[in-house]
Amino acid sequence: MKRLAGRGRINQDRTISFTWDGRAMSAHPGDTVASVLLANGIRVLGSSVLMNRPRGVVTDTMSDPNAFGQIGTGESSEPLMRLTQVEVYEGLTAMSRIHKGVLPTGTDTGRFEKRHAHCDVLVAGAGPAGLAAALAAAEAGARVLLVDEHPHLGGSLLGEDVVIDDRPAHLWVAEVEQRLRDNPAVTILTRTTVFNVGDQGAIALMQRVSEHLPEAKRRGRALRRMWQVRTHELVVATGATERPLVFPNNDRPGVMLAAGVRGYLHRYGLVPERAVVFTTNDDAYRTVLDLINAGVDVTRVVDVRPDPQGWLPRRARELGVEVRGGSVVMDTTAAADGALAGVVVAPLGGGETELITCDVLAVSGGWDPLFDLHHYLGGTARWDEQLLAFVQDNVVAGQRVTGAAAGIFGTTACRRDGHLIGLVAAEATGFGSATSGPAAPEAADVTEQAPADFVRVAAVDGDESHSFVDHHRDVTMAGIERALNSGITNVEHLKRYTLVGTGTEQGRTAKVNAGRLAADHFDLDFHMIGVSNARPPSQPVTFGSFAGRALGARFDPVRTTAIHSWHVAHGAVFEDVGQWKRPWFFPQGTEDMDAAVLRECAAVREGVGMMDASTLGKIDLRGKDVGVFLDRLYTGTMGTLKVGRARYGVMCKADGMVFDDGVVLRVAEDNFVATTTTGGAAGVLDWMEDFLQTEWPDLDVWLTSVTEQWATVAVVGPQVRTVMSTLAPELDVTQDSFKFMQVEDAVVAGMPARVARISFSGELAFEINVPTTSGLAMWEAVFAAGEPYGITPYGTEAMHVLRAEKGYFIVGQETDGTVTPLDLGLDWMIADKEFVGRRSLRRTDMLREDRKQLVGILPVDPNDRLPEGAQLIETAEYEIPVAMIGHVTSSYESAAMGRTFGLALVRGGRSRIGETIYAPLLDRTVAVELVDPIIFDAEGTRRDG
Amino acid sequence: MFQIRCPYCGPRDEPEFKYGGQAHVAYPADPEQLSDEEWTRFLFVRDNSRGRYAERWNHAAGCRRWFNVIRDTGTHEMVGSYRSGERPEDAR
Amino acid sequence: MLRGLAAMVSRAEPLAALEAKIAATTVDDTRLTTVPFLAQVGLRLDPDGPAAARLAAVLGSDLPGPNRAVAAGAHRVLWLGPDEWLVVAADGQEDSLVASLASAVGEDGGVIDLSSNRTGLELSGAFAREVLATCCTIDFHPRVFGPGQCVQTLIQKAGVLIDQRTDDTYLLLVRPSFAAYVAEWLLDGMLGLQADFSTR
Ligand SMILES: [Zn+2]
Repeated sequence: MKRLAGRGRINQDRTISFTWDGRAMSAHPGDTVASVLLANGIRVLGSSVLMNRPRGVVTDTMSDPNAFGQIGTGESSEPLMRLTQVEVYEGLTAMSRIHKGVLPTGTDTGRFEKRHAHCDVLVAGAGPAGLAAALAAAEAGARVLLVDEHPHLGGSLLGEDVVIDDRPAHLWVAEVEQRLRDNPAVTILTRTTVFNVGDQGAIALMQRVSEHLPEAKRRGRALRRMWQVRTHELVVATGATERPLVFPNNDRPGVMLAAGVRGYLHRYGLVPERAVVFTTNDDAYRTVLDLINAGVDVTRVVDVRPDPQGWLPRRARELGVEVRGGSVVMDTTAAADGALAGVVVAPLGGGETELITCDVLAVSGGWDPLFDLHHYLGGTARWDEQLLAFVQDNVVAGQRVTGAAAGIFGTTACRRDGHLIGLVAAEATGFGSATSGPAAPEAADVTEQAPADFVRVAAVDGDESHSFVDHHRDVTMAGIERALNSGITNVEHLKRYTLVGTGTEQGRTAKVNAGRLAADHFDLDFHMIGVSNARPPSQPVTFGSFAGRALGARFDPVRTTAIHSWHVAHGAVFEDVGQWKRPWFFPQGTEDMDAAVLRECAAVREGVGMMDASTLGKIDLRGKDVGVFLDRLYTGTMGTLKVGRARYGVMCKADGMVFDDGVVLRVAEDNFVATTTTGGAAGVLDWMEDFLQTEWPDLDVWLTSVTEQWATVAVVGPQVRTVMSTLAPELDVTQDSFKFMQVEDAVVAGMPARVARISFSGELAFEINVPTTSGLAMWEAVFAAGEPYGITPYGTEAMHVLRAEKGYFIVGQETDGTVTPLDLGLDWMIADKEFVGRRSLRRTDMLREDRKQLVGILPVDPNDRLPEGAQLIETAEYEIPVAMIGHVTSSYESAAMGRTFGLALVRGGRSRIGETIYAPLLDRTVAVELVDPIIFDAEGTRRDG
Repeated sequence: MFQIRCPYCGPRDEPEFKYGGQAHVAYPADPEQLSDEEWTRFLFVRDNSRGRYAERWNHAAGCRRWFNVIRDTGTHEMVGSYRSGERPEDAR
Repeated sequence: MLRGLAAMVSRAEPLAALEAKIAATTVDDTRLTTVPFLAQVGLRLDPDGPAAARLAAVLGSDLPGPNRAVAAGAHRVLWLGPDEWLVVAADGQEDSLVASLASAVGEDGGVIDLSSNRTGLELSGAFAREVLATCCTIDFHPRVFGPGQCVQTLIQKAGVLIDQRTDDTYLLLVRPSFAAYVAEWLLDGMLGLQADFSTR
């Protein structure tokens, strides 16, 4: 095509350059890659994906099935970008990869943002209907979000030569835009596409923020922004798309859609040398008239209808165009590069053929309203026999379709309908009244002659393998017939069998024709066959856009305690416990993990250690009925706890499986504090609230999460009393005054603290709780006071070893949602009272004697440490498959015992203490002796120091 | 993403809530009196119907209240919500 | 020895490590400020019960209703739930607040010091609402939200209590362990808006 000076909505005074397949291209601001290629005489964009056919630009919209390319270089390069949408900028790099792109494999450093927004009325599409709807809704008082995929408002008006209110349409658009921009309740997003419609008005948009700018001008801005909008009302004003016709060799570059041809004229000042128009309807004559007006030789109009007598055909004839009624284009011819050289015209039904030379064939098979968004929430469509198109059938709550998307054609009619829909949508959200709103413009569009119901020109020789139904997927009439002859009777099956309509452009030019052809094949009414459903996203969305800014520190919360900076400064290696970072161990010098953990364990058993226990969940319970409440939740009794005392407890879900555990402190008559596991804190609180609010609302209990109110320093080991006396000289920590499971408020290191004698290691231990902001100061004070005695900070791994030596289970390690308190040997903790889950403990399955039960294990070789998760079997020799009778839940090396050991769940394990079973590993089979879970200090003598 | 109306705080996005299964399944008053079969039915058997369904949600990131929602499982329509202790007819 | 230890006692601000980054990030007049060590006291009671009137006398105002905050004297009362409020005051007020509130509530509810349970972040300036829109789903448009309103919601995956103080000032109260995550989201939102702003 060639560029006409002074035409188009581009700035022809300025020239910018970019490269296409390495070739420098000259462009003007406002051009798309597609328009520049056409202007530079590049008709063949590339080859089709299956049949290797040359292909070119078909139209100027997102519906183009061929105009795709790779944009950018390196890691920010992106495949399958729409060349009809990509705006050129200085330095742009584009490559010809029309139907198949290349994915970069590295990290894309581009910025992809997300933004939340809210509105009363979201209008999708800023053509005449959308603009009228947005203006009507906004002036009724509603908060309006107007979205359009183009850089400018106007929609179809951008590509037409239309007069509105006796002046060029763009002046009307400018006036409406100004009124909208002056309204503070209106947000306008251009270069933005609605790509999904979700429940309760959740609309997803993709905005091109800076990707259309040269890199130097992006300056840290997002390339794209995904908007997540909540709207009360959605107005779908997404227009319509022109339908091509099926005939032999209809895919040659130069065969274009008629509205696309006039779009390139009005938007980019591009015209063909010699055009032929092939149509079933009056609308294509607008292209004829506009081209003639631009001085183009329109050699022939080939109209399927026998006697085109509408106003537009008559006007074309008056201007000297030869209009041939009752005719079709039955084939095309190609130039050396494969692009269009001419068309073969013949009377419909056969007769003398004529070869006409042309560089563009403008085709129109009618118009399809675009209302994909209506389909996303189950909206249906029906075939309209008058329009010869699908239109919306049912109404989806909170959605209204208007303008061409609703099958309403003509600028005035669209404005009129959009205006009314805008008022109705505003009224639905509580603004204005649809019946008393300002008057709508009068309808004054010209009436058109009915279009012909026509899809396809059969090949004279019967070879349909070059009559294309879907350019993007290379689906031909032959392919459609093959599928239908093989027994496919459903369009959704046809779509998946042939891939028709599955292209990146959502098959917009292919779907309706495919359905029509299937209906014709079976001689059925079209509405019996229908058309395959549109599904989100309406355009490709990159993974980077979905990730947004949830990268690095923003990917997931990394929760740290008040003491974290000290741990980092002292070389801690961290373990992830849920979202928390907890010190795993504190290696010294060149120590590996095993050496560090052995040293830390030995220090706790022989001297004194300290641990950051701040992450444990803490729930404050207040009220007169807390004791009753806790008794109904824990397997044990809590109501009898005396003030200043603590008790260990276990909770089950209703199914009787262990759910969480912890120590409950009674700090006042009507005030308890329950500790939970680190990972279980939020779940336990929600679960407690559930019972409190829904089952026992009569109880006087108030629950508050205080996990983060308190930092907890555990000081553990035989020498702990020395350290505690230094820290809290006023506090009597002797055995007689400060007993196991006793709680005292005291001044520790000058800070008010709550001190409890709680032990998770079997050693003499104190837990010091202070407000979180004082946690670091308390930790440093304890460390300073303990330093003379070699106090050793230890991590979660040493804690796990120490508790395992005592046979203490860990929720989530020894339990997995299938383990009851009885399986863990906690019979002694089942009090004689009702509690949640108790009934489950006597279900038949719970009483089986071969349930997996918690036991200790000692590998016969004391240096052999089993991997956790190892399966256990009966015999040393075995053949696969072998019955597995248990598995190892914990396995460590014990400093105190000088050997390896572990815990396991074994079928009927408690009655098998003393027996030897086996762990089959890849390289060896390990014999293990089953022992009581409490392997170390079974008498509990160390607890009191 | 659903928008759910908390009866206390108003409409909020789904991530603020936790799901709690079918509504109006009370914890049995005297579990010990139930047969294994009755108890198992309480533990594990829930309706799974198409159409309007009463279910529990907890406004975990908000007011921490458990409440009930009537949702159409076929269309995702949020018919209404009501407080614990109120009846489905009270949903709005 | 004890005297020496006591001298070491100091409180640590949860966001100390991010302080420099927070101070360096602005969009025009919009900025983030840490507000550590606020006195915060949890209140639990039946608003229709006998304690409510006694409390109103102590607080100098009625307990606010859903999603509302009231300023009364030197403190601010935020609605958290149908039977739960948070009283926020300046650093150092917690002990006296607990004492006066507890005497008003008596046995008809609960009063609890939660001063360390959340830390404060103040977001202020003309772009504050847009910063929130980058990471929070709540509609802060002046038509539906304004000074005197508060909301418990999420900043992405972290719970947060947001109290709108003035037309363009929001106080965010966050659990200390989530504070860095929340600050990182707000700062990143500011970074994006800063880039947009600088190219206007
Ligand atoms: Zn709520």
